[in-house]
Amino acid sequence: MNRLLMNSFLLAALLMLPGQANARSDSLYQDLGGTAGIEQLVEDLLFNVADDRRIRHHFMDIDIGRLHEKLSEQICELAGGPCVYTGDDMVKSHTGMGVTRADFNALVEALQVAMDDNGVSVSAQNRLLALLAPMHHEIVGL
Amino acid sequence: MKKLIIHSVALALLATSGVAAAEGRLLATGGATNVEGAAGGGLVPWAVISAYTEDDEVGGTVSISRAQVDDYRLDVTAASFSYRNRLEVSVASQIFNLENLGTELRQQVFGLKYRVAGDLIYGQLPQISAGVQYKRNTRYDLPDAVGSQRDSDWDAYIAASRVWLAGPFDRTWLANVTLRATRANQFGLLGFGGDLNDSRKLQVEAATGMFINRALAVGVEYRQKPDNLGFAEEEDAMSAFVAWFPSKNVALVGAFLDLGSIAGARNQTGYYLSLQASF
Repeated sequence: MNRLLMNSFLLAALLMLPGQANARSDSLYQDLGGTAGIEQLVEDLLFNVADDRRIRHHFMDIDIGRLHEKLSEQICELAGGPCVYTGDDMVKSHTGMGVTRADFNALVEALQVAMDDNGVSVSAQNRLLALLAPMHHEIVGL
Repeated sequence: MKKLIIHSVALALLATSGVAAAEGRLLATGGATNVEGAAGGGLVPWAVISAYTEDDEVGGTVSISRAQVDDYRLDVTAASFSYRNRLEVSVASQIFNLENLGTELRQQVFGLKYRVAGDLIYGQLPQISAGVQYKRNTRYDLPDAVGSQRDSDWDAYIAASRVWLAGPFDRTWLANVTLRATRANQFGLLGFGGDLNDSRKLQVEAATGMFINRALAVGVEYRQKPDNLGFAEEEDAMSAFVAWFPSKNVALVGAFLDLGSIAGARNQTGYYLSLQASF
C-alpha cells in the first residue's frame, strides 16, 4: 500500500514536469476578453500599481500612456492575439530600475487583483502568469 | 480545549492586528506549519521558508495544531523566525496524549532550515533546502520502557519544492519531496533508536497539492517512518489536506490523517487542524 502511494507521488511529479503552458492558440487571448479586455486589464493593473506604496516609485517618471500601450501589446501577443509587441526587450527596459524580487511579486499581485476585478477565470489567470513568470530573470536585479 | 480556544483567539487577534508583515512573496508560498514546527504541510517539512520574507525582510509565524486519531491526540505549539527567504529557525512543543493509558509524552523540536538553491516559482531550479531538527523528549519513562535507546537526537533532511503555475487542469500545483535521515520512533515521541535498529535510515516524504484558486489548496502528504522498536510495529503516515490562506497573515489547514499502527493500536485515523499566523 505504502509503496503504491509512493509510486503514485512519483508518477504525479513526473506528469507535471513537461512544459508549463503549451497554448499557442488564441484561447487565452479570447479568455482575457480580446484586445479591449486586455487594455482594460492593463489599465486596472496600472491603477493598482499606483496605489501600491511598495512599487509605485518605479512608475513615477515614465510615460504611463506608452507603458499601457506596450504592456497591452505584449500581453496580447503572449496570449496568442493578433498583436505585435513593439517595445524594448525586457532586459533593456528594466536595466537600471533595480527591480527587486519583492517588487516583481508585488506587480504579480497587482495583476492578480486586476484579473479578479475583470472576471478573468482562475484558469486564464494561471495561463497568463505561467507565460509571464519566465521573464523574472530578465527583470529582477538589473 | 479551553486552552486551545484561548490560543486561537490570541492568534486571531495577532493575525488581524495588522502588524507590519513580511509580504514580499506571493500568497501561500510560506506554506503551513508542520508538526515539527517547520514550514511545509502538516506531516512533511517542505523546502519553503516560513512566512513571506523576500529580499531583506524578516518575519515569522506562530501556530497551534492538533492531530486527533482514535486512541491518541497530539497538540503542537510552534513558532518560527524567517530571514530573507533564506533561513528559518523554528521551535515546537509537542504534547502527545495517550488517552487509553491516561498519560502523555512530551517533546521539544528545534529546527533550522536553509534555502540552498533555486526558487519555488521562478527560474529553472526547484527550491532546494537543507534542514536539521534537534528533538528532545522531556518525559522519557515510557519510551525508555518500550526499548528506545536515547531521549534526544538529530534528524537531517534535504527538501525540494516546486510550483507549476498552470499545471494540469490549468491549476497551480505544488510538489515537494523530502529525504530525511532519522531514527526517531513515532516522530521522536517514543524516543530514538530501538532494539530492532539503532542507526539512522533514509526516509522519503512527499507532498503534492493543487490550488483551486490562489487562496485554497487541496493535496496529500506521505511520510515514511522507520520501524525500530520490537514491541510494536510502526507504519508510515499519510494525510489528505485542505489549506486555506485568507490573507498573508493567516493559514488554516484541515486534514484527514492515517497514522497507521501506533504502539500496538492499529488503524489510527482521524483529523488534523492547524492555525498559523504570519507576520
